[in-house]
Amino acid sequence: MNTILELHNLKKYYATQKAVDDISFNINKGSIFGLLGPNGAGKTTLLRMITGIFFADSGEIIFDGKKFDPLNDISKIGYMPEERGLYKKMKIGEQAMYLAQLKGLSKSEAMGKIKFWFQRLEMQSWWNKKVEDLSKGMSQKLQFVTTVLHEPKLIILDEPFSGLDPINANLIKDEIYGLAQRGSTVIFSTHRMEQVEEICDHIVLVNLGKKILDGSVNDVKQQFKENKFGVKLYEVPASLNSSAFEVIEQKANALTVKINSGYKSNDVLQYLIQQNLTIESFNEILPSLNDIFIQLVEGTKATTRAFQKI
Amino acid sequence: MNKILLIIQREYLSRVKNKTFILTTLLTPLLFVVMIAGATYFSIQEKTAHKIAVIDENGFFKTNLKNSNDLIFEFPEGVDTTNYIAKGYSDILLIPKFNGTEKTTYILRSKKSIGLIVQEKIEERINTAIEDKNLQDNGITKTMLDSIHSQSQFAKLKTEQQAGTSVKESNEGLAYGIGYGCGILIYITMIVYGMMVLRGVMEEKTNRIAEVIVSSVRPFQLMAGKIIGIGAVGITQFLLWVVLIFTLLSVAQTFIPHETLEQVKTLQQNGGVMPGASAMQASDAAQNLYNVKHTLGTANWSLIISCFIFYFIGGYLFYAALFAAVGSVVEDLQTSQSLTLPITMPIIFSFFIMTSVIQSPDSSLAVWAGIVPFSSPIVMMARIAFGVPSTVPYWQLGVSIIILILGFLFTTWLAGKIYRTGILMYGKKITWKEMIKWAFTKTA
Repeated sequence: MNTILELHNLKKYYATQKAVDDISFNINKGSIFGLLGPNGAGKTTLLRMITGIFFADSGEIIFDGKKFDPLNDISKIGYMPEERGLYKKMKIGEQAMYLAQLKGLSKSEAMGKIKFWFQRLEMQSWWNKKVEDLSKGMSQKLQFVTTVLHEPKLIILDEPFSGLDPINANLIKDEIYGLAQRGSTVIFSTHRMEQVEEICDHIVLVNLGKKILDGSVNDVKQQFKENKFGVKLYEVPASLNSSAFEVIEQKANALTVKINSGYKSNDVLQYLIQQNLTIESFNEILPSLNDIFIQLVEGTKATTRAFQKI
Repeated sequence: MNKILLIIQREYLSRVKNKTFILTTLLTPLLFVVMIAGATYFSIQEKTAHKIAVIDENGFFKTNLKNSNDLIFEFPEGVDTTNYIAKGYSDILLIPKFNGTEKTTYILRSKKSIGLIVQEKIEERINTAIEDKNLQDNGITKTMLDSIHSQSQFAKLKTEQQAGTSVKESNEGLAYGIGYGCGILIYITMIVYGMMVLRGVMEEKTNRIAEVIVSSVRPFQLMAGKIIGIGAVGITQFLLWVVLIFTLLSVAQTFIPHETLEQVKTLQQNGGVMPGASAMQASDAAQNLYNVKHTLGTANWSLIISCFIFYFIGGYLFYAALFAAVGSVVEDLQTSQSLTLPITMPIIFSFFIMTSVIQSPDSSLAVWAGIVPFSSPIVMMARIAFGVPSTVPYWQLGVSIIILILGFLFTTWLAGKIYRTGILMYGKKITWKEMIKWAFTKTA
């Protein structure tokens, strides 16, 4: 059993829309998994089903090899929702204790783990402060700690970096890597594609309640590549004529070429060498996840759907 | 289960440790006592004697109009409406010539407006005077009259209640007082603590902590924990008030001299009326206090208190669940108002039913309003004070209790369905219609 989570034909219909319409995918243990999609695609509904907040209309969730049992399994999940917050008037130490105990930790366990994390993220002096006295970044840090405190097998982070400055964002990013290395699985939901590219091993893209993409970041990029290459030459001749490729963009001595079907990258190089041009660099241009995302989502009614009534 | 306890604990402690809670808990009974003391003080202050100059054109009032501590009638010469103040009178009474058969209007002129009670007293004195005059005209002598008057206050009605073979002292006034008091108390607590639940739920929603918590516990557990926690706060506050008020009352009692208290006791044991001077010596306040203590003893307190606790909890649970449902769909207090109206209306309405039921605790309105769970906590409490089973038969009490239990189970179930959808929904305006739809159609 290498998967922590398997979703089989999950469906959740509201009165006027299909929030999640027959979605299936697997998440491997210890991976960092990206769940992507435009606003209103059904991500939050999907996550709420995985965290046991909602029940699916049909379909099955297998958690850690067994049928998902919300009552017991939610203590093995840490969920940081996109709409998140804390009790403003409560002291930070008490708040962390409360949330940890709600996850099933005993008082002494909770105390030990909170001390460990507070020390790790330099928050020891916060214990008696109230949340309303914290800056947004600080409370995000606290929120992260309360999410991972009970060492969940599955950690679900919805837009974890919102409100964090780059230093704290890096701090949290390192912690996410660390948690994955120690065996936790991380589901990471965001709109920020550059973060996904940087962090995730595997992604799933949902739109209009359906899964439209599933694969490793690299596979997805390969799948959507358009045979574009970047060529840098020391000198660029007035014209380059080859049946193997077309120049689609030129900036000073940097060219972007698209290889015609039936040809390979070597054909380009061969041509350039034959022309006696000195090559400074030659590399394949893979589409960014951002481009793929926009290409797949644009034109669908994704944005209008977000405003529909449930 | 353990998690609900954690939630209850947090809800309870975070409120009980709150400074405002401690202050209101301590200050309310004090305020209560200060208000009563203040009212008593001012009512005594108000008893300034009225020195009334009487201008009588008939001439017989001089012998028949009775004086008392607070009303002094004098018949001076040379005083009229222009100079009575200068001559040291507070009021002037003008009695026109009358023929004894027609209704006649008398004029009382004062520098300050006189109270309704004083006005009635004066009127009564004048009428007694006329009555005496008529009696004397018909041959009854002054001495006979005086002896008749001294006996006229002898009858004192003592009501008793038949319960099977045993007879118990009944006290309509006390029942009225207890019923009214309990009704008001339940009315206030249902609204105050209901609103507290609403605000608590709304705060969790607007702070965006709701979704964090429901990823650890079921939404129903969160709601139930909050309702129970706040209910426990209410009971704590209520018990503290009872203790504080009794402490303050016994402290107040120590201020009354021991002899006065003894006098009152003998006075009361002799049937309330005692010829001679001692009646005058025992102060009114001490007598009242003794009366309060004595009559309070006649009520069936164990029944009243246990019913009060049941109806307090039952009524609170019945309405708190509905308040929680509203709290889960609103994001600010303004928008909540239109949604709370359908909840507060029945509470206010039951209060009005209660004020009418207390006049006739046996009416069919009283029976039905005591059974319908929307009004039973307030109305039934008012009825129970009049006696079980004499006024409220056991079957009515039983049915009322069972229906209230079923009622709060139902509202809690209904609210739970609305709550778990509402608590996670942001930026939408929800109507009662939609809430009911959530409750009866889709499971979240």
